Amino acid sequence: MLGASQADRRLLPEGRLAGPMPWVIAIMMFLTALAAAAGLAMGDAAHRLGGDLGRQVTVQIVAADPGVRDREADAAQHVLANQDGVSGLHKLGGDEMQALLQPWLGDAGLDRDLPLPAMIDVDLTDAGRARLDRIAAALVVAAPHARIDDHASWLAPLVALIRSLGLLAGGIVAMMVGATAAAVVLAARSALNTHRQTIDVMHMMGSTDAQVARLFQRRLALDALFGAVVGLVGAIVVILGIGRRLGEIGSGLVGSITLPWTAWAALLALPILAGLLALAVARITVQRALARTL
Amino acid sequence: MAGIVQFENVGLRYGTGAETLSDLSFSLAQGSFYFLTGPSGAGKTSLLRMLYLSQRPSRGSIRLFGEDVVQLRRARLPGFRRRIGVVFQDFRLIPHLSAFDNIALPLRIAGVDERDLVTPVREMLAWVGLADRASARPPTLSGGEQQRVAIARAVIGRPEILVADEPTGNVDPEMAARLLHLFDALNTLGTTIVVATHDIHLLSRVASANVMRLEHGQLQDPTGALRYPPRADAEGHG
Repeated sequence: MLGASQADRRLLPEGRLAGPMPWVIAIMMFLTALAAAAGLAMGDAAHRLGGDLGRQVTVQIVAADPGVRDREADAAQHVLANQDGVSGLHKLGGDEMQALLQPWLGDAGLDRDLPLPAMIDVDLTDAGRARLDRIAAALVVAAPHARIDDHASWLAPLVALIRSLGLLAGGIVAMMVGATAAAVVLAARSALNTHRQTIDVMHMMGSTDAQVARLFQRRLALDALFGAVVGLVGAIVVILGIGRRLGEIGSGLVGSITLPWTAWAALLALPILAGLLALAVARITVQRALARTL
Repeated sequence: MAGIVQFENVGLRYGTGAETLSDLSFSLAQGSFYFLTGPSGAGKTSLLRMLYLSQRPSRGSIRLFGEDVVQLRRARLPGFRRRIGVVFQDFRLIPHLSAFDNIALPLRIAGVDERDLVTPVREMLAWVGLADRASARPPTLSGGEQQRVAIARAVIGRPEILVADEPTGNVDPEMAARLLHLFDALNTLGTTIVVATHDIHLLSRVASANVMRLEHGQLQDPTGALRYPPRADAEGHG
């Protein structure tokens, strides 16, 4: 049956990668993969910031008297440890406090006489997050100088921004998919015009539209697959380079922008999706064009 | 003999101009041989195009194999076309395919397995005297050889109707006689043959042939053989 054998493939004699379509697809795929990687990384970062970091609070005991501060810190830890919804506690030690302050205060942060608040990192469950007000009320009773710094309150705008950027990346991917489909449509129409005589002869011999379409869809899908692989390889090189630069920054927030393995799997699937898209678009384009003939 | 082709009041108009063909009414008997003649521009090719389903008429009815093909759904046309072999005036061989692949094309379109088409295609190449040119591509073949490849391609699927448009227009008289002999041989196997030509010397080359004459877009019927059933004195034809 036409469309399957080597002999049938000879009906369209142009060599592989004839015309600009594979290279246009390569550029599209390069940009699509970058946008998709950005979107997936942003989505993952927003999820983790909104999840793990968003369920953290820091309790500060702001008392000038070291004795009061230590006593209230112990009381606060005791109260927090007995609260429902608290999944973890960690009181920052002196070295950790100095490491935190050193970038801003320099060596002054190492001065033992500098009054610093006691700080306790608290991990909450979802239930604990919901009853944070009650935890705070119990805490203040035991430690009047306690203040709660809710990470979610200052992370929320950042998470919203990251989510917006992720949506923007998703929109760019959608536009690239549309542009890729348009490129395939143009390539299919061009191929139809180039091979018009062959198609006419085949029609006169009783070839169906599906048989003719199979010849073109296979060619265009393979061209698109090649272009997509080339574009994806280029994009992966860039993504790995950017990831390396982000890692060198060493920031906790920036470091949270990573690509999970599921995102890599999605990126690697893009060329196959591009090939399938080209297959479907070419088939529809050719069959619609042929339907206008007798 | 049944009427394998029936035209009734068929007219053909291109665009908004005058009718190229008017009031064509005739019936072709199955297994007969017909010449379609007339001066250049009389509408022979247009009539043939309607016959091999490349053109719908502007009006009238055309029945092929007992079915009205004017209103036929497009999806059913391939099935009808596979029953009609066509030799185009300009051959329309696919230039990048070998003679073998050009002749095999109708069988591949019909879904014949690759293993099953080698023998019939080689036999057909031998039938048209091109057994040693199987791998040659059309641009390397002479006009007569291309014509024979086109004929072999048209008949490889054993069509019920063979339509040939000026098949001898590009060949010398000796080759023309040989091609007509091929058509006649096919006709004896039961295929209805319609050959368009403006060469009146060909008409006497096939003793059993009927003649249809087109002039100014209208059909003349010099032998009366086109009526169905055929006129009594014309039944000897075909």
